Amino acid sequence: MKNIMNNFEYFAPGSLEEALKLLSQYGEDECKIIAGGQSLIILLKQGLITPQYVIDIKGLSELDSISGNEKEGLKIGALTTHRAIEKSPLMQNAFCILAEMEQNVSSVETRNWGTIGGNIAHGDPSGDPAPVMLVLNAKYKLAGAKGERLVEAEDFTSGYFETDIGHDELLTEIQIPAPPPRTGAKFTKFSQLQGDYAIASAAVSMTLDADKKTCADIRIAMGSVAPAPMRAKKAEYLLRGKVITDDLLVEAGRMASEEASPTSDAEISEQYKRELVGTLVTRVGKEAFERAAMA
Amino acid sequence: MKKELKFVVNGQTYDLWIEPKTVLVQVLRDELGLKGTKRSCDSGSCCACTVLLNGKAVKSCSILALQANGKEILTVEGLANGTQLHPIQEAFLDNWAFQCGFCTSGQMMAAKGLLDENPDPAREEIQLAMDGHLCRCTGYNMINEAIQDAAKRLQTQEEQGGAK
Ligand SMILES: Cc1cc2nc3c(=O)[nH]c(=O)nc-3n(C[C@H](O)[C@H](O)[C@H](O)COP(=O)(O)OP(=O)(O)OC[C@H]3O[C@@H](n4cnc5c(N)ncnc54)[C@H](O)[C@@H]3O)c2cc1C
Ligand code: FES
Ligand code: FES
Repeated sequence: MKNIMNNFEYFAPGSLEEALKLLSQYGEDECKIIAGGQSLIILLKQGLITPQYVIDIKGLSELDSISGNEKEGLKIGALTTHRAIEKSPLMQNAFCILAEMEQNVSSVETRNWGTIGGNIAHGDPSGDPAPVMLVLNAKYKLAGAKGERLVEAEDFTSGYFETDIGHDELLTEIQIPAPPPRTGAKFTKFSQLQGDYAIASAAVSMTLDADKKTCADIRIAMGSVAPAPMRAKKAEYLLRGKVITDDLLVEAGRMASEEASPTSDAEISEQYKRELVGTLVTRVGKEAFERAAMA
Repeated sequence: MKKELKFVVNGQTYDLWIEPKTVLVQVLRDELGLKGTKRSCDSGSCCACTVLLNGKAVKSCSILALQANGKEILTVEGLANGTQLHPIQEAFLDNWAFQCGFCTSGQMMAAKGLLDENPDPAREEIQLAMDGHLCRCTGYNMINEAIQDAAKRLQTQEEQGGAK
């Protein structure tokens, strides 16, 4: 690849406070944050972005931690690497969906250096973490010079690579609430090669009634089939309050596929992606149901 | 404006001034002359440029060199002990795990990252750990077998109280 990266001024702040100060100073100009750079450096090399200033936050160890448990929920610092999540002993039961998802994000080399915050902040509609965050009902903490705010994962991405982060803000933490009892969650993606970006992906989190047959609550999310990760709300509505059966899950998958709005690309047609995502929703729906019944 | 980069490569400390846009593989190859690390796709999709950074396999084409400030890098040149090849290198030779060799330094560095973490990986674990590595010549089975063989060699070495 021809490297046409422009020259820029580089800052490596030693604390979040210092990073925010730099952002409030340069954020409005041609300024970019770099975390692991696994997505950013490609854009720089292609000359698609030409920042004058680059603020390197990778060294902010205060944002590199995972804490919590199933009773209180999880807090994941934005600079936690994909690999650290994949390997964390905290990814148990309803949270094991996070480790399973991470295991198929690109290669070990990307996961060792790329961060969860960078992935989410990138706003790539084919990213794997975002649909999982949608079904886990996550919130994102953003910090800026004016203070902190929490944004629902659902309201965070508005379109292709478009997010709610202001130019003087950083994504600092991902908060995942404690799952209700009898909840199971599952994610899967379909890609041409192991670790490739998803052609389509689906995540389901299902909570069952005490009878372990009736769906008390459900969240279904799909990736790669719209300009932003999206929920399949009609399919959710169909399942909520019903006794779960295989037929019903097939019907939910069909509905989800109608809700999706994929586009054809050089290799794969819109119709194929649509059918595919429906099948994935049915499949992970069944697995989430089985997990919920065991939980 | 150039910035200072102070880091350790294969046990040796370096102190350089570089343009911030320089990526790690450029410094290794062009500044330090360590041409064992290959620059191939240069876009994060082949893993030929893999080195260890503080013991973890990373792609040196996709990291700003300044991000390695204060860190320790191991490249393929740091594997052997003088003229004594590292067991991973021996296993790659004995199992015909390369032909043109262009992907090999990246493969071996990833293998080292894996075996340091998991000294006795199953075939599937090796597959998962190596799935980002493209090889246009050899076929991936021989590489997998070489890594299994390297694991055995390292274990034997350990039992005999050898170094590394
Ligand atoms: C070959 C390859 C394959 C890949 N395959 C997959 C895949 O299958 N699935 C998948 O989900 N991803 C995949 N990725 C993408 C990768 O997982 C992530 O996008 C990457 O890890 C992003 O994290 P980073 O820390 O490297 O972010 P960077 O590249 O440093 O940053 C990405 C963007 O986010 C901004 N940013 C970073 N951190 C913050 C922050 N804390 N606050 C505000 N803005 C921030 C940056 O300014 C930049 O715009 C792949 C990448 C490569 C190179
Ligand atoms: S040269 Fe770095 S991944 Fe291909
Ligand atoms: S040996 Fe030629 S590319 Fe792998």
